[in-house]
Amino acid sequence: MDVQKLITIALGAILINNFIFSQFLGICPFMGVSKSSETAVGMGLAVTFVMGLASAVCYPINKYILVSEVIFPNAVDNLKFMQTIVFILVIASLVQFIEMFLQKTMPSLYTALGVYLPLITTNCAVLGVVLQNVQNDYSFIESVVYGVTGGLGFLLAIYLFSAIREKLQFSENPKSFDGFPIALVTAGLLALCFGGFSGLNIFG
Amino acid sequence: MDFKKQLKEGLITQNPVTVQLLGMCSTMAITTSLFNGLGMGLSVLVILTMSNIFISALRKVIPSKIRIACFIVVIATFVTVVDLFLQAYLEELAANLGVFIPLIVVNCIILARAESFCYKNSVPAAAVDGICQGLGYTLVLVIMCLIREFIGKGSFGGGILNGGKGIQIFPAEFAVGGMALPVGGFLTLACVIAAMQYFLNRSKKGTKKEEVAG
Repeated sequence: MDVQKLITIALGAILINNFIFSQFLGICPFMGVSKSSETAVGMGLAVTFVMGLASAVCYPINKYILVSEVIFPNAVDNLKFMQTIVFILVIASLVQFIEMFLQKTMPSLYTALGVYLPLITTNCAVLGVVLQNVQNDYSFIESVVYGVTGGLGFLLAIYLFSAIREKLQFSENPKSFDGFPIALVTAGLLALCFGGFSGLNIFG
Repeated sequence: MDFKKQLKEGLITQNPVTVQLLGMCSTMAITTSLFNGLGMGLSVLVILTMSNIFISALRKVIPSKIRIACFIVVIATFVTVVDLFLQAYLEELAANLGVFIPLIVVNCIILARAESFCYKNSVPAAAVDGICQGLGYTLVLVIMCLIREFIGKGSFGGGILNGGKGIQIFPAEFAVGGMALPVGGFLTLACVIAAMQYFLNRSKKGTKKEEVAG
């Protein structure tokens, strides 16, 4: 196992290719649930968990069923075209399953996450991370690391943004920019800051 | 069925991006050239219309408890069809849009229309709604592309006109490269939404004044 590659993937997912600020994945929950830091952190943690788990579950499904060389000796016959449908179904049922599991075993966490849990199904960062794992030919461990660190990058972004947004409520801005547009401008400036990380060249 | 009213809602008063604030990931990510914007907009238009028609036709069969999962399967099917079509016939567009084609599955616009409109309305109304909302989405994408391309590269119609290079309006050295980066996406969308809010507020005030005068 190549530790150096794992660190490259992790730092890349958190800072350089941050899911929000440089890949534009998961903007909807990022904008929707960032009005207070507390809910933002809850959402970030839930997304991190689901992204890691989805990466772990989708990897064997893809490798041993959809593009398996044992089942489909001819590469032309394989079920690669079913990837999108299968992955989104896996993610949807995974989220549903986590919801039921938390409700039974950890009611306090379940109430804390509330409505955000089902919303994760339509978070494009989750489907995005699974599709990218396949595109980049990541191994099982690399996929899980990419999923978890991608989620941590999301957590970092949404926490920073929510902290700024709390202050933003007291600012005076042009009337047309009130509410959503000024939040987008703020996110744009944060993206500019994160753009600075793109100069970071880890291990050549 | 009022086609004109639905068209006005889709394009302006209920525009999916600028008013309902849905589907922003793709709006910001792929609007770097007119070709990408039009391609993405039309893909979503086709998928939205087809999935609207099917979900509306199946609305009496789909049990309400598992409706979201059913919607997603229908949407994912059409997304796969469009994805394969683009890979076969428009390879360049498929490469440019990359992961954002399969991600149309989780584009909130389609799911939101399915949930709020198609599940309650007849097939023809749902089809018209799909076309109108799709046109509204395409319109915003094209506007964003024009702004970002003009400021970011100094060109017009990249990917389509002038053999794919686009018409250079001012030399590329003077362009603000940042507009083609993620920052530009956020700032342009903020300005487009702000402009929309400005005009909507103004027209509201206008009608109020007319009412008072009348």
